[in-house]
Amino acid sequence: MNEGLLVILLLFLPLVTFVVNRLFIGKKWPVLSGYLATLILIITTLLSVVLAWQYYFEYGKINGTYALFIPIDEPWLSFSNSLSINFTILVDALSVMMVLVVNIVSLMVHIFSLAYMKGEDRYGYYYAYLGLFTFAMLGLVLSGNIFELFIFWELVGISSYLLIGFYYTKPEAVAAAKKAFIVTRFADFGFLIGILLLGSLSNQFDIVQMVGSLTSQQTLTQGAGTSFIGLSALTWACLLLFMGAAGKSAMFPLHIWLPDAMEGPTPVSALIHAATMVVAGVFLIARFFPIFQLDGTVLTIVGIVGAFTAFFAAIIACTQTDIKRVLAFSTISQIGYMMLALGVDDNILNPHLGYTAALFHLFTHAFFKSLLFLCAGAIIHAVHTNNMLEMGGLRKLLPVTHIGFLVGCLAIAGVPPFSGFFSKEAILFAAYQQHKWLYAVALVTAFITSFYMFRLYFSIFWNKPVKNEHTHEGNWLIKLPLLILIALVIVTGFIPFGNFISANGKPLLLPMHIGFSVIPVLLALLGIVYAAILYFKESNVPASLENSFGLVYSTVKHKFYIDELYQFITHKIIFNGIGNASAWIDKQVIDKLVNVSAGITFSFSIAIKKLQSGKVQQYLLIFIVGILCLFVLFLV
Amino acid sequence: MPEVLQKILWLSTALFFIGVYGMLTRRNMLAILMSLELMLNSVNINFVAFNKYLHPEKLDGIFFFLFIVTIAAAEAAVAIAIIIHLYRYHKNIDVGETEELKY
Repeated sequence: MNEGLLVILLLFLPLVTFVVNRLFIGKKWPVLSGYLATLILIITTLLSVVLAWQYYFEYGKINGTYALFIPIDEPWLSFSNSLSINFTILVDALSVMMVLVVNIVSLMVHIFSLAYMKGEDRYGYYYAYLGLFTFAMLGLVLSGNIFELFIFWELVGISSYLLIGFYYTKPEAVAAAKKAFIVTRFADFGFLIGILLLGSLSNQFDIVQMVGSLTSQQTLTQGAGTSFIGLSALTWACLLLFMGAAGKSAMFPLHIWLPDAMEGPTPVSALIHAATMVVAGVFLIARFFPIFQLDGTVLTIVGIVGAFTAFFAAIIACTQTDIKRVLAFSTISQIGYMMLALGVDDNILNPHLGYTAALFHLFTHAFFKSLLFLCAGAIIHAVHTNNMLEMGGLRKLLPVTHIGFLVGCLAIAGVPPFSGFFSKEAILFAAYQQHKWLYAVALVTAFITSFYMFRLYFSIFWNKPVKNEHTHEGNWLIKLPLLILIALVIVTGFIPFGNFISANGKPLLLPMHIGFSVIPVLLALLGIVYAAILYFKESNVPASLENSFGLVYSTVKHKFYIDELYQFITHKIIFNGIGNASAWIDKQVIDKLVNVSAGITFSFSIAIKKLQSGKVQQYLLIFIVGILCLFVLFLV
Repeated sequence: MPEVLQKILWLSTALFFIGVYGMLTRRNMLAILMSLELMLNSVNINFVAFNKYLHPEKLDGIFFFLFIVTIAAAEAAVAIAIIIHLYRYHKNIDVGETEELKY
């Protein structure tokens, strides 16, 4: 099949599900809309597998390098001869990999939701929004124009907003949806400025040409001339792009929306807030990686922010009791790992290891984290609570979920031979070669990660005897996606990922040293053992530990009071300082001006109203007096 | 200017302002209409007098006089029709009753 047609079908079929489900059948035949959406997703997933197969094994490789193809490049908004915004589809190793991930995870979520969301109010609309999200995410990864990318970026944001607020009768869900939207919008403001800066530096919005012209030597010297607060325009552009990426990917200090976003339905959390949308920031940096490489400072900042976020979120995750929130913080932490890997990319010591490692982790993380979230969904579906302290001993009642959760936990902890081990090793190795400090932080985080994941695992599946014996797992629609994802988590680690994705398109062998892997694996096992000591059997040791930490524990439990800090800044400083001041100006100056002008008009009209009395003779008198005045004026 | 013309002009001016005065002060609409005829006729006198004493070889003034008489007749017909209708509504022909026309 023609690859242009294939990509177009792949991209627009989910949009068809959105339109059909939202406008036509979502309300009347919700069950039908669910099956229709799933069917279409099966088709697009098959198409994406075909695309990936053809790209990676048939036509993609030219002279040993993965080339990029532009099957579609249609003018969309043309401002002038030299400046136009095109609808461009860019097919390269990165976008094909992302398309595959998005489609597979989305399909799993569609199937899972058939059972999980059964009987919910607005079931058809739920599938409509899932279709919109899938369309937007596919568009985002396939965009070849930076403005097109921005539009899809916002579409992803709006579908995330709609799905977080899906239970719109719950005030927390509405608040969480608003929070997610506002925080990411705030970051997108920086992103948009970054886009404009990049556009003005390179005089175009086409990503390929932009990267090409910015990396050529001539533009570099031009760009260095303009600077602002000691940094060149290019550095600012990269920093602003990173701001947008950090907002979407929940990097510190813009991470506050992701834990609250867990108010949405659990399959949505698996799709949007674990596997695909939140890694869009990583994708963005990977997409503009040649530009980021021009300036080491920005990459260093990316690495440091990533490492700090990974560590910070992992610590908070140890104290949370809502299973979805623990998973949310672990997502933040894992994306921090990816950012860290991008930040330690270095083309001298080990060519572009960090880039490949980051995307490898993105790839494996998408599967094991969506597996964990879907397991969490199955657990919540069975026991009807989010609080892990109310669970326990579920291993016999939910066997498939138990195995899935265990596999996911082992993968995220980095225990071989599960997929997380391979990608995490690659990241740690890249960090080790570049920054020893970041490597140390990443190692500590790996230990904490395995601790809190197994704290969760033991609390749910062991710990106490089971409360309600009649809990059951659900039908094959719940089990099938879990089984597929378990298989994927076990298999994906063995993919020679460097052969497919690398910064320059040339195959890269990911290093695998047994000696190097000993420490991280031992740390992960140590975390598991420590979690087992504390949580395998019900005991009061964890509670007494919490008490002995006292203030430190409560600070961490309240997420370092970051939410309260934002609350303080927005309500006390921005609302009181700027908001009240501008409200005063609005009321006292602008409204007064309007009122005064209205008042003048009113009193003037009152004054001249008496002239129009309806008395004919009065009119006549005025008329004659007027004529006499004219007579006097002109003739005398 | 001939002596006679001046006297005639005085007469027409006097007639005109008598008409103006009547129009402004009378409440009765028929009286107002009569005042209006006075004003028109003062103008007619002017036309005819100017024609006769300044340009006796032409007839323009006479023609204008004839036109104005015709129009005045038509106008009187319309005005009286309006007055009759107002009378049917209000049972009098006081000009103050027409105030409601402004709405």
